Amino acid sequence: MNKLLLGRFIPGDSFVHRLDPRAKLLTSFYFIIIIFFCNNFVSFGVMFLFVLAAILASKINLGFFIKGVKPLIWLILFTVSLQILFTTGGEVYFKLGFLTVSEFGLVNGAYIFFRFVLIILMSTLLTLTTAPLSLSDAIEYLLRPLKAVKFPAHETSMMLSIALRFVPTLMDETEKIMNAQRARGVDFNEGNLMQKMKAIVPLLIPLFVSAFDRAEDLALAMEARGYRGGEGRSKYRVLRWTLKDTLIIVSMVVLTALLMWVRN
Amino acid sequence: MSHPQIELKEITFNYHEDDKKALDNVSLSINPGEWVALIGHNGSGKSTLAKTINGLIRPTAGEILINGEKLTEENLWDMRKMIGMVFQNPDNQFVGSTVEDDVAFGLENQGIPREEMLVRVKDALERVRMSEFTLREPSMLSGGQKQRVAIAGVVALRPDVIILDEATSMLDPEGRAEVIQTIKKIKDESNLTVISITHDIDEAAFANRVLVMNSGQLVAQGTPEEIFSGNRELVEQGLDIPFPEKLKAALEDREIEVPQEYLTEERLVEWLWTSGLKK
Repeated sequence: MNKLLLGRFIPGDSFVHRLDPRAKLLTSFYFIIIIFFCNNFVSFGVMFLFVLAAILASKINLGFFIKGVKPLIWLILFTVSLQILFTTGGEVYFKLGFLTVSEFGLVNGAYIFFRFVLIILMSTLLTLTTAPLSLSDAIEYLLRPLKAVKFPAHETSMMLSIALRFVPTLMDETEKIMNAQRARGVDFNEGNLMQKMKAIVPLLIPLFVSAFDRAEDLALAMEARGYRGGEGRSKYRVLRWTLKDTLIIVSMVVLTALLMWVRN
Repeated sequence: MSHPQIELKEITFNYHEDDKKALDNVSLSINPGEWVALIGHNGSGKSTLAKTINGLIRPTAGEILINGEKLTEENLWDMRKMIGMVFQNPDNQFVGSTVEDDVAFGLENQGIPREEMLVRVKDALERVRMSEFTLREPSMLSGGQKQRVAIAGVVALRPDVIILDEATSMLDPEGRAEVIQTIKKIKDESNLTVISITHDIDEAAFANRVLVMNSGQLVAQGTPEEIFSGNRELVEQGLDIPFPEKLKAALEDREIEVPQEYLTEERLVEWLWTSGLKK
């Protein structure tokens, strides 16, 4: 259960931690988009340097980032090997039936690999340095313009923050139910695929029931405390945009310019 | 004040039509500053009664008056501002991701400006002695601490009435005592009305008045002394009696003469050592 890095947040007080979550969210998204403009090794190098600088500024142990890449390693290897084996062009090094290892294939494979790693590093950096709640605040703020097209921005962010608040609670619950069922003889790791799937049932059904019960209790408690939706609500948490947030945005512009200059 | 703070007039409620009535013709009134304990065995309608008071449940018949004004669909949200409620499960009523967010939640709903919120949240957390936990997440708190945060959330709203819907039933004895002490302190400071629904007889013994419910009806009410002294009917209804009363009953069974009036623990100790158990 503890392997899950999704939404994991490591509290700290570094430069990256103190950035406005909106700035971080926008920067990360923008960064992921411009990764696709990279088309030579120098441009990837530039991007790597940027991410490295950001990671160093976050003062978070590099080990966490490697852990972030780990669960996706098979996906990466799979995609990279497909690229290598099925791209043709340039000098051919090896050929077997329809499988070819060529110069273009190797280069494309390397690009894909770098792209994956960069995207994972950047999104891991975002979740590691931003408290889930600030993240949902930022999302609410950034979705606000969509209200014009009747998009329920407040509801979405409320849903998001409740979901995030209940992640640890439901994890604990899962653990407890698993132990309770183990005490009655359910084995979660043995047998073939079919048996394993069947073993999930005594875990899943109680979990669903308790999630609905919790939802009902929570709704009642919210109503008793005067919750009536987004209208007329004030906000306890405020987002503060400071000079360093503007600087981060400027740095993205600089990075884009640099990228355009070094790419072919 | 000329009228009672909360008045229920012939309230009847059933969850499903032609089902057994969860509340059957209940009338009662509660005065400002009173601590009222509502006891009864499981399924006697205590929780349902609590929910009708702040409009979470609309009774099928009868009416509810709060400060002399009738509770209706229109003024429901204003009335609710006067009544804070703490529920049973400390985990399921925690809305915020951190302690301070949770305390601020009710204030946010009322649209209270941020500067005011900062003051009130800080003050409320101080009053429940949770100030050093401001930034903690719910999963890092004990049950009693979560319940104290829930109380802070109610206190921050500055209500006139606090309803405790079995708020201590999922806590260990230590957390229970902690929560009750907190409530007692806040009640004395701000002259709150407290309605506590409970199985915990020691909690009920704190009250000014005890109401006993049985299958949807109010069957008895009076001071803890009146309700608990020599009342073996309570035991038959599946309820407990306070420890001094239990001891008295046990002594009586051993043919030792005991005073008939209700004794608190202190007075029982006094009686025990002065009586000398003439043997």
